[in-house]
Amino acid sequence: MRKMWWKIASIIILLYVIVMGLMGPVPHLPIINETIRNTYFHVALWLAMTTLLFSSMIYSIAYLNKGDIKYDDRASEIAKAGIFYGILGCLTGSLWANFTWGDPWPNDPKLNGAAVGILIYLAYLLLRSSFEDEQKKARISSVYNIFAFAVFIPLIYILPRLTDSLHPGSGGNSTFGSFDLNNDMRKVFYPAIIGWILLGLWMAELRVRLKIIERSQHD
Amino acid sequence: MTNLGLHTKLKEIKTLILKEATLEWRQKYAISGMLLYVVSTVFVCYLSFSLKRNQLTPIVWNTLYWIILLFTAVNAIAKSFSQERFGRLIYYYSLCSPQAIILSKILYNCLIMLLLSLTGFAFYAFVMGNPVGDIKLYLVSIALAAVGFASVLTLIAGIATKAENSATLMTVLSFPIILPMLLMTIKLAKNALDGLDWSVSMDEIQTLLAIDAIVVTLSYLLFPYLWKS
Repeated sequence: MRKMWWKIASIIILLYVIVMGLMGPVPHLPIINETIRNTYFHVALWLAMTTLLFSSMIYSIAYLNKGDIKYDDRASEIAKAGIFYGILGCLTGSLWANFTWGDPWPNDPKLNGAAVGILIYLAYLLLRSSFEDEQKKARISSVYNIFAFAVFIPLIYILPRLTDSLHPGSGGNSTFGSFDLNNDMRKVFYPAIIGWILLGLWMAELRVRLKIIERSQHD
Repeated sequence: MTNLGLHTKLKEIKTLILKEATLEWRQKYAISGMLLYVVSTVFVCYLSFSLKRNQLTPIVWNTLYWIILLFTAVNAIAKSFSQERFGRLIYYYSLCSPQAIILSKILYNCLIMLLLSLTGFAFYAFVMGNPVGDIKLYLVSIALAAVGFASVLTLIAGIATKAENSATLMTVLSFPIILPMLLMTIKLAKNALDGLDWSVSMDEIQTLLAIDAIVVTLSYLLFPYLWKS
């Protein structure tokens, strides 16, 4: 029963986010209308994904420093949860884009960057699957994971800002938070980020435990 | 003391680059094969477009050149670790520091990429026509791309040769990673093509230099972990 509190917290926060996200007060803006509620899902999922991928990179660094296989397990499983969030973020984003920009996949640098980012991490999984030896797999994929994250961040957050994008915060558009995100929304938005991160970690933790069981059965 | 260390390190890198060049010179098939690869790809493109050559817009011209260069780069650099026998690699590793090895490989691959892309450009401009407005800026973009491609692909080649199906892996691992760099380069080259003022392209040049710096630093830091296995 130890270390249960954060799982319970995750459930409570996400229930709160879903209820308040769908029922709570939101500002009424032209074009966006009620779809602004997607902020709690789309934007929060993206931020949670970045956090997960960042912590995956931290575990990869820890693996390279300490050489303990458990860090690599965590790095790979958290990366998988991150990819899953990336795909969910794309889906919620395309739903949103369909109603506001009139096209489920407009030719936007941020969308394409996101797609490429998912490709980078799928390549990471492919790299992992092409080794037999555990330590070798862990070492080489950790190197790639660190390298991938360093390229992923400019791809998602810096390059789109240099070009014109439909997204807020790039190409002369002001950022989302500066005028749309009022205090009512903040009360749901920030917990939403934390809730999604906790859920992602929970999924990763379950898979890590599964891996440990499998390994001990092998031996 | 550190000064002396730096000096020996530079000397080590120089020796390693000379070794790569000698090796290449002795087995000429590798470099001549790559040169032939660029030239024949350009020629295939020329023949495929030949009926409608004057309908080729500058954007298509530019993009086609960079795609050719991307494939050339991946093919040329993929062999940079697999060319030598395994036993000999262990011998090098016992002699020099891994940092010197990766830096010398990156520098050498930069030179190879410069050679390939300039030859490719000359031949490409010769057969496909040359609509470039600002040739100096175009050459700058080629140089930046050569350095960037070489530094990204060298580490990826090091990763891919450790795995079994390294040819597929090389492509799959490197394409998404190299994409931001490729897009920036294409944009910079397009500016050069239109003959825009250099001040317009400063953003792209800076971003490219920043990405190059990140990638080289990471290769320097991460390679020691790679060759241990």
